[in-house]
Order: sequence, then C-alpha cells, then structure tokens
Amino acid sequence: MTKSTRQPRTKILINSGMALSNVLEIPTSGFNFENVARNVALEGLLEGGQTKTPKPMKTGTTIAGLVCKEGVVLGADTRATSGEVVADKMCAKIHYISPNIYCCGAGTAADTEKTTDLLSSNLTIFSMNSGRNPRVVMAVNILQDMLFRYRGQIGASLILGGVDCNGNHLYTVGPYGSIDNVPYLAMGSGDLAALGILEDRFKPNMEMEEAKELVRDAIHSGIMSDLGSGNNIDICVITKQGVDYIRPYQESEYKDKRQKRYKYGPGTTSILTEKIVPLELEVVQETVQRMDTA
Amino acid sequence: MAAATAMRFGQLSSGSDMAPDWTTKEVSTGTTIMAVEYDGGVVIGADSRTTTGAYIANRVTDKLTPIHDRIFCCRSGSAADTQAIADVVTYQLGFHSIELDEAPLVQTAANLFKASCYRYREELMAGIIVAGWDKRRGGQVYTVPVGGMLVRQPVSVGGSGSTYIYGYMDSNYKPNMTKDQCLRLVSGALSLAMERDGSSGGVVRLAAISETGVDRQVILGNQLPKWSTTGYIPYCLSKGLEIYPTV
Repeated sequence: MTKSTRQPRTKILINSGMALSNVLEIPTSGFNFENVARNVALEGLLEGGQTKTPKPMKTGTTIAGLVCKEGVVLGADTRATSGEVVADKMCAKIHYISPNIYCCGAGTAADTEKTTDLLSSNLTIFSMNSGRNPRVVMAVNILQDMLFRYRGQIGASLILGGVDCNGNHLYTVGPYGSIDNVPYLAMGSGDLAALGILEDRFKPNMEMEEAKELVRDAIHSGIMSDLGSGNNIDICVITKQGVDYIRPYQESEYKDKRQKRYKYGPGTTSILTEKIVPLELEVVQETVQRMDTA
Repeated sequence: MAAATAMRFGQLSSGSDMAPDWTTKEVSTGTTIMAVEYDGGVVIGADSRTTTGAYIANRVTDKLTPIHDRIFCCRSGSAADTQAIADVVTYQLGFHSIELDEAPLVQTAANLFKASCYRYREELMAGIIVAGWDKRRGGQVYTVPVGGMLVRQPVSVGGSGSTYIYGYMDSNYKPNMTKDQCLRLVSGALSLAMERDGSSGGVVRLAAISETGVDRQVILGNQLPKWSTTGYIPYCLSKGLEIYPTV
C-alpha cells in the first residue's frame, strides 16, 4: 500500500504561516488514512468468518442549548448506544471546556470526547499564557480549524455554549467544520423533536427558570420520540457568576431496580482441580548497583 | 490506491438506509446569491437557508461575509468549505492591506479567492461572488464559481436558485441604475428564486457597499415582494373565489 506523496493540501490551506500561540503543537499535515486501510482489510477478513467488527459507540442523543437573559443553558440526555444496545445509561455528554465554556457532543462518542479534551487542553494552556478566561469565539475557531482539516472523518457535532466578556454565546460546529451562531439549537438524532419544542416556546431574553424548563422539555421530547436518546436529563447553566452543572436534572421514571447484589465473595466458586507448573528460569546475568544513601 | 481506499471508506461510513439523510449529508448552503454594481458601489443579497440533505440546519444564515471594510463575499456551496476559504482570504487580505498601508482592491480579494478555489478545486465545493468598493475602480462584482474561474461582471447570480432568475436578471438589469433600483432588483430576483428553489428560503439579507460604508438590511418572509403567482390561495380567499374552481 503506497502512501500518497502529494503535497498535504489542507495544511497549506489552513496553516498559512500564522503562529498559533494557543496550540500545543503544530499539527502534522493531512489525515492519516492507514487505519482506514487496516479497517477495510479487517472487514474483508472477518466478513467471511463468524465475527463482525464492533460498531463504534455513537451517542445517539438529543442535545440542546439556548441563550437566555443571564447566560446560557445547555441540556443533554444520558444514553450512549452501540448498535442496538444501550452501552452507557449515565453517559456525560456535556463536556467541560473551560470555567466559562461547556460543550455538548453528538455523534461518535470517542470523537466528541477526544475533540473536546483536546480543545480544553489547548484553552488551558492559553489561559495560563495570557492570564485570561478564553472567549467562546476562540474555542469555536479552534474546533472549526481541526474538524475542517479532517474533512468530516471526525464524526463530532458539537454545541458550544459559554459566557465571556462579550456576552452570552451559543454556537454549533458540524463534523465538516461549518459553524452557526444562533440563539437556540438542538443536535443529535433527537434534534427534530427537540427543535419543535424550542421553535414553539423560545423567546429572546428568557428568565433562568423558564429557560431551564424549556431545555428540559426539549430534551424530554427528544427522549420520547427518538430511540437513540433516553434515560436521564443533564442540564448545565452557565452565567457570569459561575456554572451550575446539574447531573441529573431529572431522572428517568423508567429506572429498573436490581433484584439482588451481584457481587460474589471469595470461595463462592469451588475449586475442582489444581495443577502447579514451576517455570524453570536460569539466571543469565546479574548486576548489582549500589544506591548512595546519605 | 489511496483513492480506492478513500472511496471504500466512504461506503463503510454511509450508514444504514434507515437513517435519515440529514445525519449523513454534509451541510450545504443550497442558496441563491446575487450582486449588482451601480455608480458609487455595489448591492449584494442572499437568502438565509442552510440545508443538510432535506433538513434545514439554519433558517437565518448570514451568507454575506465581510472580508474587509468595503469588500464582502457571498457564499454558496458547502458551508464548511466556504467558511474556511473566507477565513483564509480574510487573513491574507488583512495582512496584505497592512503591508500596503491602504485599503485593498476588490480585484485583489477576488484573485485571492480564485487562488484558493482553483488550487484545491478537487477538494472544495464553493461558488463565491466577491463584491465591494475601492478607490481605484469604484463598485465591482467578481464571480468565482465552482472550479476556480474568475470573471468580472456588472451583475452576477449564483447558487442553486440562480438558474430560475437568469431571465429576470437579463431582462431587468440596465446599466447606470441607482442604488434603490438595484436594491429592488436584487430583492425581487431573490424572492422569485426562493419561491421556486427548495434549497433557498428564509429571509432576504441585503447589503449596499459604497465609499461611505456598508448598509445592511433584512427583509422578513412576510415583507418580501409579492408576485402574481405567489400566494394564489390567499388571493382566492380574499376575493371569495373557490380555490379549485369546478366547471
């Protein structure tokens, strides 16, 4: 398999000689498709056999956000699916970016986790360098840069919300690197249901309690109407004074109760036979180093 | 070999047939954009719809992006690609303007767009109209369609909705129009395109760029110009006519 020897195109397009003081390192050019080739080869090998490659864990998801008078309210459900199975019933989809910025992620769970982690690290370095809280536009631009460079291969649809010196902001970043700045948003597989609620009841400059109820209702509608969303509802309220991360804001009424304790003490399983095989090792080389102790 | 791998990868990640297309399609600006020059400046306009497949991702998009104080670009095609190109050109033009210590020419901005769009023509899907005012040549409109051509025109339309208004544009544009005539021409043309093109809609955003500054307006849905074939049902109801007359 020959690697492409063409000049890395997207690097030239984006990295036009400007020094980015906030990033950990200048990213290497283009997207490395070696793993793609490996996955294709694996699929071919396993297709004939019994096993299938495991499906990547997607967050299914309903996430929503809106800008209100005092700040930004973000909401998310807590179900993570792997194919048709619920992989995580209490998944945290509202990620910390900086003390004044939080991000909801929909799409492939690993991609949203790592992308938001990277962004958070970059912004922490920036904060340390400059002594300021990062602005929401900065977070959005870094995300846009990165996702555009990967040409949609990173399956992350993100809703970024935060409060900074310029006001309360809400942005969405798509997997291909497009951004939209709007007062209210919903993303994920349950977005159509949630957006219906938001379109009906959103008003500019809402009061905090009303805003929280609206976001809760929007996520609830997504949970009811979408199979990929479910379980509890998390809410994150960001204001100038601080952040209130309410997890869970509301628990699902369909919680199941474990019938018994499923932990077993030692000795539960009886040992039938025991066989000990000593490993014959011979000392080939021995070095002794003295430690200087004062 | 690399191309074949990329294609197969595309098939892998296309998802099942049960998933709606807005989960897998790229965000596109669908669009109708237009720019007209008049003596003393330019008038530019765009609709406000961004789609992912059949879903309208943003119904209040601003497709008129400032590149410099008196230079704007109208974006059509892939949202991500056009936003990225506009960012790159804004940076390059800003740097160039600082070096020159004067306002840049619209032709320079247009050439920068062309350079990016032509060089990466295989990877990008972007149709851009660059318009603005400069001291040397006044109001100018340059169009850089998909593929990276650059040509100056007195009036230009672009995007998926443009096909429906070529006739309107050709028959209604006259040289040496005033700013208000241009505004009416652009808002009329855009509302006609939005009527007929599914990928265009929402509100009409207008901007008039001249030496004195940039004057932006928004025309909301209910304030759009009405044509004889627009809203036939409300017309019937108001006249007391049957909507589907029977013989």
